[in-house]
Amino acid sequence: MRKVIAVFALVVCLGARSPKLSKDEQVIHALNRLTFGPRPGDVEAVDKMGVKKWIDLQLHPERIAENPELAQRLAPLESLRLSQADTERHYPNPQMIRAIAAGRQPMPDDPVTRAAVERVMRRIKAAKNGTGADNGPLEPVVPLEELLNRDQIRTLRTGNVDQKREVIAAIPADQMDDVAIALPPGLRLQLLPAVEPGLRRKLMLLTAPQQLIAFDLSEGKLYRAILSNRQLEEQMVDFWYNHFNVYLDKGADRYLVPTYEREAIRPHVLGKFRDLLEATAKSPAMLFYLDNWESVGPAAPPRGNGGGNAKRPVRGLNENYARELMELHTLGVDGGYTQKDVTEVARCFTGWTIRQPREGSDFLYNDRVHDKSAKTVLGVKIPAGGGKDDAEKVLDILARHPSTARFISKRLAQRFVADDPPQKLIDKMAKTFHEKNGDIREVMKTMLTSDEFFSQSAYRAKVKTPFEMIVSAVRATGAQVDFAFPLANQIAQLGEPLYRKLEPTGYSDANGEWVNSAALLARMNFALSLAQNKVPGSKLDASQFSGDAGEVARQILFTDAKPETLAAIEKQAQGTANAPVVGLMLGSPDFQRR
Amino acid sequence: MTTRRLFLKSSGLAMFGVGAAPLWLARAADSPSARKKVLVAVFQRGAVDGLNVVVPFGERSYYALRPTIAIPAPKRSSESAVADTAIDLDGFFGLHPALAPLRPIYDAGQPAIVHAVGSPDPTRSHFDAQDYMESGTPGRKATPDGWLNRALPPAGDGNKSPVRAVSLGPALPRALRGHNDAVAINNLNEFKVQEANGAATFENMYASTLDTMLNGTGRETFDAVKLMQSIQAQPYTPAGGAKYPGGRLGDSLRQIARLIKADVGLEVAFTDVGGWDTHVNEVGQTPGAGQLANLLGNFGQALAAFHQDLGDRMEDVAVVTMSEFGRTAKENGNRGTDHGHANVMFAFGGGIRGGKVYGEWPGLAPEQLYENRDLALTTDFRDVLGELVAKHLGNRRLAGVFPEYAQPRFRGLIAG
Repeated sequence: MRKVIAVFALVVCLGARSPKLSKDEQVIHALNRLTFGPRPGDVEAVDKMGVKKWIDLQLHPERIAENPELAQRLAPLESLRLSQADTERHYPNPQMIRAIAAGRQPMPDDPVTRAAVERVMRRIKAAKNGTGADNGPLEPVVPLEELLNRDQIRTLRTGNVDQKREVIAAIPADQMDDVAIALPPGLRLQLLPAVEPGLRRKLMLLTAPQQLIAFDLSEGKLYRAILSNRQLEEQMVDFWYNHFNVYLDKGADRYLVPTYEREAIRPHVLGKFRDLLEATAKSPAMLFYLDNWESVGPAAPPRGNGGGNAKRPVRGLNENYARELMELHTLGVDGGYTQKDVTEVARCFTGWTIRQPREGSDFLYNDRVHDKSAKTVLGVKIPAGGGKDDAEKVLDILARHPSTARFISKRLAQRFVADDPPQKLIDKMAKTFHEKNGDIREVMKTMLTSDEFFSQSAYRAKVKTPFEMIVSAVRATGAQVDFAFPLANQIAQLGEPLYRKLEPTGYSDANGEWVNSAALLARMNFALSLAQNKVPGSKLDASQFSGDAGEVARQILFTDAKPETLAAIEKQAQGTANAPVVGLMLGSPDFQRR
Repeated sequence: MTTRRLFLKSSGLAMFGVGAAPLWLARAADSPSARKKVLVAVFQRGAVDGLNVVVPFGERSYYALRPTIAIPAPKRSSESAVADTAIDLDGFFGLHPALAPLRPIYDAGQPAIVHAVGSPDPTRSHFDAQDYMESGTPGRKATPDGWLNRALPPAGDGNKSPVRAVSLGPALPRALRGHNDAVAINNLNEFKVQEANGAATFENMYASTLDTMLNGTGRETFDAVKLMQSIQAQPYTPAGGAKYPGGRLGDSLRQIARLIKADVGLEVAFTDVGGWDTHVNEVGQTPGAGQLANLLGNFGQALAAFHQDLGDRMEDVAVVTMSEFGRTAKENGNRGTDHGHANVMFAFGGGIRGGKVYGEWPGLAPEQLYENRDLALTTDFRDVLGELVAKHLGNRRLAGVFPEYAQPRFRGLIAG
């Protein structure tokens, strides 16, 4: 009956500029846009609740009971919960370890970390006794060849997961640390899926403690996207992190990013834009990434104790953050600001800096280096002597500016509706932004309940980002993920290394960004690997899929596959097992869109 | 050669099943040694500080503007100081000391250097400036395609290799998007569907899909995959003892060299390298150390290795480097530089006449600076690229390559 109505609705709407979606299409469309892809059962659940009610629920994540499995998966990822200062202590980088070794920093309390540090200290000493160079790479004390026999090493290199597990199990507990250190980094990573989470962590901690932070971030992001019931919230975290992008591998940001995402981004993703803007502006991660922490006014005293180094630089203004704040975070490049405004905003932000790492690396306003004279930003006079409030005023001006309302609305619509969203929709959203004082939830509601959102021209108009493609494949197939990091490596292969977009622009939301030869092949290869259980850490049960290619396709796409897609499968592989069909469907053109 | 001819003939038939092999394959098989002219574009993303790359050491203002980050003028007296002084080019300009690996290239009468060059658009946004430089239309955002795609000389329908235009990396850059087929290759050896059965089905799927975007890219991809198989079958050793440095640029140039030598029809290639946005600590404890020096060291080694690897084949190849804009003439408060205007470009190979710094030098005195802060522009980047496209690639229809820039002023980088 429903199909008949749908067809009827389509016929009626033909000729209109952008016909509305059928009820079935609305369900799948909403799921494809608000979540990281439907799981089995989702379509029925949304259908039963009603699309509008479900969207409203997703807009209020606090009302949704969370999936208990998520908490369980996140539990071992300790660095995601630590303060900035503790992160640095628990996951020391080589310089920090040397500082501990030299007695300039205290020994960590955590026994595993302590063991790791002691281990590295012994290596530093050994290196000193040997070559005298404590600056070189941290070489293993005992070579791998003395710890394991040739067969064992070969198995670790080329064996399957079970074979590797056997080799690991046979290593005496007191030699495990030596083995971990002696392993070449590539091999170490390959070994991770073969060990349980505790040993996995220790393996990494004993060898490269600092890497655990990037590791936890990727795993956390993936587990949340795969498992969370608050899917829209996770989409919004992804959107806003990308909007206020910070590059993980820039120096201190390796320690600052977990706190940034947890405290500056996550609490505000559906809140007030002004709050989100201020949280990012004050975040040590952003202050460091865009150099504002070092930007000082003309009267600032010289750094250091004076004397000593004659080459000690005179410090001054750095306009990096000021420019990106307007171009990328608020007004947009055509939002009506000038080079003069950039410089004036930079002057307002002088003194917004970061505490010393040993004092916790938190936000600090340092009045001594603030430029105290008057400024004019976008025509608004900011009188002299405003101190810390100068920058607060700038944030007020920018958050209330009509260009910001339009720019943010457009960015959201490009993410959730189409690459080139209708101007009418952007105007509606910008109006809500203005009237509701930058309430992101209200702007989202305007968008997600609009006719433009539920129009044929938006339907399947977006190519999945690499992150969306991989997570949606896991969700659609119900693959069990015990170790998510290899999925992050796959996402990087598809062109979107997580937390590692170097430029402040973040990743593009445009289809063209993700459709190219290298990325397309990577998508197909991932699809086949996942279906055949060749992605370490993920396990897919192909036996759950039954029926002919068309039926298997429906179980993965939650709608009918295109006839051309099915014809290609049937032409090549008549009557083959399910796994190939699953892989082929995940790599098909149909699955690349949402 | 015989092996490759055989391969092309047999694979051409086998792969396309029914019907004849496409014309380009047949032609390639008939004339395997047909060399193509190749243009390689290297983009330094983040805006490299041209004033510290090709140092105007003869300009007093340079040292006044940069009290802590200037590169000292060349000193010939003491050997030990060389690592921290500019390498003299012509008594006025000098190369950053970390570019010493380029010596074999300028011993060969190259590279050509163009200073005070760049985009006339005043933007200091990385994103916009890169976009303009890649589209080849400064100030115009609606341009749908990139200059390097448009630079491809017109080719007969049957004579198009699927890898005429290649970028190295996981994404297809703006410069290569457009009407002509262009492929992104992350890694030559892995450029395939890992499983033969899956490959055939996927090829069918993407060939028949009505999704025009995925259909187009899918078709280009599978055409290129087939061609790459011949290359993948043989391990690659760079010639002449060339040693590519680690990192993205060295890796990309190595693969471009491999493609060129395989004679698969490559005509334009693009690669990029990031990290040049040196707002802070651009120069380290000594002038020859620090962030910029590290980046330039890698950059110089990669270009030098490419030059060495290609040997005589460099006659057919022109390499050109660019970056979205320069950096402030004056150093900022953090021993770095902020976003500026004009910059420097390098070009070598082909018939390029190097050993010289091209372009008028605008000077760095306060009244000579652009907007009182940046190196002024005296050469449009399209003058340089246009000359290479016209004289090296042989595509003289520049109005199609750089619309709205009808008459580029050639600088004489190449005779003719």
